[in-house]
Amino acid sequence: MIFSTKPEMATQEIQPNETLTNLKAESDTLKTKLEDERAKLHDVELHQVAEKVDGLGQFIMKTRRTLKGHGNKVLCMDWCKDKRRIVSSSQDGKVIVWDAFTTNKEHAVTMPCTWVMACAYAPSGCAVACGGLDNKCSVYPLSLDKNENLAAKKKSVAMHTNYLSACSFTNSDMQILTSSGDGTCALWDVESGQLLQSFHGHAADVLCLDLAPSETGNTFVSGGCDKKANVWDMRSGQCIQSFETHESDINSVRYYPSGDAFASGSDDATCRLYDLRADREVAIYSKESIIFGASSVDFSLSGRLLFGGYNDYTINVWDVLKGTRVSILFGHENRVSTLRLSPDGTAFCSGSWDHTLRIWA
Amino acid sequence: MTIRTLRDYGQHYRPRMACLKNVEVFVVEMQDPKSGVKGADQKLNVTIIPHVINGQDVLAWIVTKMKVTTEEAQAFGTMLVAYGYIYPLQNHRKLVLVPDSTLYRFQTPYFWPVQKWPAEDIDYAIYLARRNIRKKGMLEPYEQQHYDNLHKWMNPKWDFIVMQATEQYKANKERKKPDRVVLDCQERAYWIVHRPPRRTHSAMDYGLDRLIDPNAEEVLTFDVVRRTNIFLTQALMRSAVKSSVSLTAFVKFVTTHHNHDPFLTTPVPSNPWITDSDEFWQLNSRSVDIPTKLSVERWVLSFWELISDPRGRVDFKLFLKKEHSAENMAFYEAAEEMRWGAASAIPEKSQFIFNTFLKPGAPRWINIDGRTMGLTVKGLVVPHRYVLDAAQTHIFLLMKKDTFYRYLKSPVHKDMQKRALVPAPHVFTDAQLEANVRNRNPGISPILQWQQEEEEKAAAAVAARPIDVKAMVATNKLDRK
Repeated sequence: MIFSTKPEMATQEIQPNETLTNLKAESDTLKTKLEDERAKLHDVELHQVAEKVDGLGQFIMKTRRTLKGHGNKVLCMDWCKDKRRIVSSSQDGKVIVWDAFTTNKEHAVTMPCTWVMACAYAPSGCAVACGGLDNKCSVYPLSLDKNENLAAKKKSVAMHTNYLSACSFTNSDMQILTSSGDGTCALWDVESGQLLQSFHGHAADVLCLDLAPSETGNTFVSGGCDKKANVWDMRSGQCIQSFETHESDINSVRYYPSGDAFASGSDDATCRLYDLRADREVAIYSKESIIFGASSVDFSLSGRLLFGGYNDYTINVWDVLKGTRVSILFGHENRVSTLRLSPDGTAFCSGSWDHTLRIWA
Repeated sequence: MTIRTLRDYGQHYRPRMACLKNVEVFVVEMQDPKSGVKGADQKLNVTIIPHVINGQDVLAWIVTKMKVTTEEAQAFGTMLVAYGYIYPLQNHRKLVLVPDSTLYRFQTPYFWPVQKWPAEDIDYAIYLARRNIRKKGMLEPYEQQHYDNLHKWMNPKWDFIVMQATEQYKANKERKKPDRVVLDCQERAYWIVHRPPRRTHSAMDYGLDRLIDPNAEEVLTFDVVRRTNIFLTQALMRSAVKSSVSLTAFVKFVTTHHNHDPFLTTPVPSNPWITDSDEFWQLNSRSVDIPTKLSVERWVLSFWELISDPRGRVDFKLFLKKEHSAENMAFYEAAEEMRWGAASAIPEKSQFIFNTFLKPGAPRWINIDGRTMGLTVKGLVVPHRYVLDAAQTHIFLLMKKDTFYRYLKSPVHKDMQKRALVPAPHVFTDAQLEANVRNRNPGISPILQWQQEEEEKAAAAVAARPIDVKAMVATNKLDRK
């Protein structure tokens, strides 16, 4: 059967059910064929390749700073490129910019909505973007004047039809990538608020996204409640790769430092590593004693360690190559909602529903 | 602007609770009369409460059953309390497992956080009304607040609520005292988990509901299936790499970056977060004269690492200037700026780039093959964000495959390698560490740094402009005599 994508087929009224059944059958055959092709190339497991790598020693990771100041659950945080400043947002609508090194609060903005689930620091360090239940992503330029009301210069950039779950600046202050509960991701021009590209393909809320760190910088990955992690081409808006092996919502996705893989954390209490060049899942990081979902993941600078913040108030540190857990960190008094490595890899910050952020090193 | 407050939307979509199935297995095993946690009768005030367990026993059971450390067991135990499977008898608002003689009881399965059993506001209203009657109006402050709120927005149903509450209160009085006490404890624990007071961390407080019900069957329309097929066909056409190749690449990446990862190799002179001294950041900053040896080693790893590090890019540009091929990097940077920049600036930038780099006889003409040049110039007639992609990729690959290797062999780089610093690791005494904490360097605001960089860029752009000889003569700058 010649697989045809002629536009006339969409308007054909003759026997639509039969065509749909045929298409579904075709879909299943294609899926099996793809799985077979990929399986043929899978000649070794990650932990086998990692056998000759030295094991990791004991780690001493402690809380080095505790940032107190939010009055409610901390939902999201992001680092500034200067490696010491962070922006964090919380359930009560407050967005705070801290100098994490000195623990001073530098700027504070009160959003007109609650549940600010997304915040991002601009690459220049001169602005922050945030959004949540207001369905918008707004950019606030930061000012050196402490008394200035930042809300006055606020710029509304993104407009979705439902809550904003994640946002990120691309390589400059001029573009923002957002994901929303309405199932779409979108790329926006900050200055004009114009929609540059939209990405459709998720069947449920999109909860997280991450931009590829590669030289070409043209792709990003998003994870959603449909258990799928999709890799998108920013230029064309097409989904170029899709992975569906998780058993529950994907809460967080993060690229491997080389850009050839990404990790995801999900409500099914596992973190998984997906290889983009081999187009398959290559590792599952789970333990029988870990039952509660992973809300946030990030790699260390070399990609050897995977830090995962979980809903049982702990942070688990995994050896990416060998698949074993290296360390477990306690300290938060409610679930860890967000976790990110600092730009130079010297520390990572975890934000939690216990109203605090902690810097670990 | 609608400001939504957190409401219990009947908790329809419960997949956020995927963990509950596994947790309930453990809870059932815990209550096994033979192999579970041993309970005893406990005297509380005047009544005797049956099946009371203490925190220590729970912890010990978890450690043995799940084969984990005490701390992990405590974390798991706390989750059991936070979900309401076990409730504390005394400090009933703190939902944590305290591993000592603190008393707990198993919650009755009726009150477990089951999938399709929402904790409705009306049930809570009836509960509060009943409690109000029993306590003769002396509710706790947070309960009073909830009561007032519910009274306000459930006003039409209030008569029904009070009637139900009175009925239940009367029925309760018929019960025996110990049963009444136990039931009261259970109900109170249930509502603390589902309507937590301000400082209580309850796991049932799970955040927002999802918009799209993932439990619902995905409607496979014609369009959806067609798109899936297109996607699958394209995926089949794309070639994938063998696992052995790509996985070995990961191992290689990890090994080469091992020394640069602060979690694996202690940074020199010291990790600023640990010793409170920011010398590490100062030595690796963009404007430092002599970079550290570790930075220089990182630049050698790949071209991308070199230009990603601001200090490395400065060095590379210096080399390019000596080679008189600085226009390549300048074009790359200008193209990047256009690609990631504001949409309104595209026409202006594309004009500037064309005039400076692409038009025949341009002052900083880049050397790309005829075909790419043709395509780019044609595209520039109607410029869009990605119009320079082909040219940019060509230049990038040229720099990556040729210029980079020449850079590595150049005297500029070799000299830098020799001069690079190897800072001595800090050895701070306790007193010094305390002093560091007090004197944490506030650093420069990123806004100021950005302004500085922009000024430098502008100055460099002016310097890079070709010298107009006629203008200089006109202003008498060139003195023949």
